[in-house]
Amino acid sequence: MGLVQPQTLHCDQPLLLANGRQLDGYDLVFETYGQLNRDKTNAVLICHALSGNHHAAGFHTAEDQKPGWWDNYIGPGKPIDTDHFFVVSPNNIGGCHGSTGPRSINPQTGKPWGADFPNLRVRDWVETQVFLADHLGIEQWAAVIGGSLGGMQAMRWALEYPGRLRHCVAIASAMKLTAQNIAFNETARQAILSDPHFFDGDYAARDSYPKKGLSVARMIGHITYLSDDGMGQKFGRELRSGSFERGTDEPVEFEVESYLRHQGDAFSQRFDANTYLLMTKALDYFDLAREYDNDPIAAFRHARCRFLVIAFTTDWRFSPLRSREIVDALIGANRAVSYAEIDSHFGHDAFLIPNRRYSDVFRRYMLNICRESP
Amino acid sequence: MRIDLNQVANWIAPGSRILDLGCGDGSLLQSLAATKQVEGYGLEIDPGHISACIARGVNVIEQDLDRGLANFADKSFDTVVMAQAIQTMHFPHRVLADMLRVGKECIVTFPNFGHWKARWHLALHGRMPVSDLLPYEWYDTPNIHFCTFKDFEVLCRELDITILHRQVVTERPRARLLAQWRPNLFGETAIYHLTANGGE
Repeated sequence: MGLVQPQTLHCDQPLLLANGRQLDGYDLVFETYGQLNRDKTNAVLICHALSGNHHAAGFHTAEDQKPGWWDNYIGPGKPIDTDHFFVVSPNNIGGCHGSTGPRSINPQTGKPWGADFPNLRVRDWVETQVFLADHLGIEQWAAVIGGSLGGMQAMRWALEYPGRLRHCVAIASAMKLTAQNIAFNETARQAILSDPHFFDGDYAARDSYPKKGLSVARMIGHITYLSDDGMGQKFGRELRSGSFERGTDEPVEFEVESYLRHQGDAFSQRFDANTYLLMTKALDYFDLAREYDNDPIAAFRHARCRFLVIAFTTDWRFSPLRSREIVDALIGANRAVSYAEIDSHFGHDAFLIPNRRYSDVFRRYMLNICRESP
Repeated sequence: MRIDLNQVANWIAPGSRILDLGCGDGSLLQSLAATKQVEGYGLEIDPGHISACIARGVNVIEQDLDRGLANFADKSFDTVVMAQAIQTMHFPHRVLADMLRVGKECIVTFPNFGHWKARWHLALHGRMPVSDLLPYEWYDTPNIHFCTFKDFEVLCRELDITILHRQVVTERPRARLLAQWRPNLFGETAIYHLTANGGE
């Protein structure tokens, strides 16, 4: 993809949120890749997951160590082929990478929002993405695509704005979280809330930061994004330091411990604790069919687009069973859907990682979108 | 398209809703969509076939038929098709019963193990038949539940299934007359059009 530049769109129309509160205005940071065609029919929206942002592909500077989070799947010749598609990737509001969120200044107080930033739901993000589409002159997306929490946004688009997308691609996602899944989120949140540097979310005003809490939250999350198998293959019981030799009292550190701590540390430096709380809450609250009498089939009858659903065999956070529920509801609603269950030992993270079959299915589906006339 | 699939198409009403079990590369569904405006889904487990379906724009669901069709509602499809796959099922009788629950009608095609070549091979050599029609060794074959036309019809009776039509297919035209005379001996492929008794 090469070098890419984020842009910022300011919205000064008030946004009425699902929880009844109102944002008077907001900034939306986004990146685009590829060229919008003359009829504006080749635009694809990428919805990011819990810890993602607008930087989905390419590099910001020549010195960047890592490309965007979905660079494996977005770019010339990749499944979301930027030679064909105009890819739009926003950072959701409530985030911490430029779009308005808890770190932004609350215009009414002149101080950072912190914990007072309104709770958001998936549908609020969809509303901001509609504003972005309007701004770019995109009447109808060729596809709205997302993994995990991103898949929830893509499905919400399909229900609430059925005429504005031709395809919905939901990868490693779910119509709602299970109790176990919410439990993991709550444990992660408690790690943040119980950090003495959290100050009820007002850490920024006190020049403090709940680094430890956010780090532990990420460690918990990270474990659930991997599989037992995958961790076994990557780390096993390898030692980073120390030994089990009899007669020595040397402290032992397993590779997996050091890896997790490193992940937690790195994450706590690039992420915001209030955003983490907000994003996990949005995940917990999402329930695709709640407003459709809790009937997923009735819900999906509102959709007009075609669907591709993908799940990964060792994903236990968003297990293939959750994807099967989506597929069954779509079949019940008589909607066009294809479903592939990809063998991978990378657990939930598999949706980000190169995989031959996943790529193949994804690429063929996207190629078909190119071929069809809108 | 394979000759048995041509016959399948004859029994499918325009605009109907089809479930194709073991849909392969999706060519049947694609051709039915083009010629008869049907809607539907194929079920497959083979990754290559699933990719082929997706490339054709055919709806394909990755699902193991041996685990049943419990996720499909009663009579939710006009026709459930299973072409050349019933002999690969762990429990053909359960699959058949499930097909008739989900579909108002069913079409099943399978190779005839009672064909004279198979009988001849077993009688003469005393070994399981390997031929152009049945090219696998017994220990390494997807075909684990062979039956003859007669066997299948006995099962239909036991499951209280009505046979609406039966078509016997042969590769060579010369064998056609023989197959009409003695289908269980000369027919190579059977195509059955079924419905549950008491069904619509």
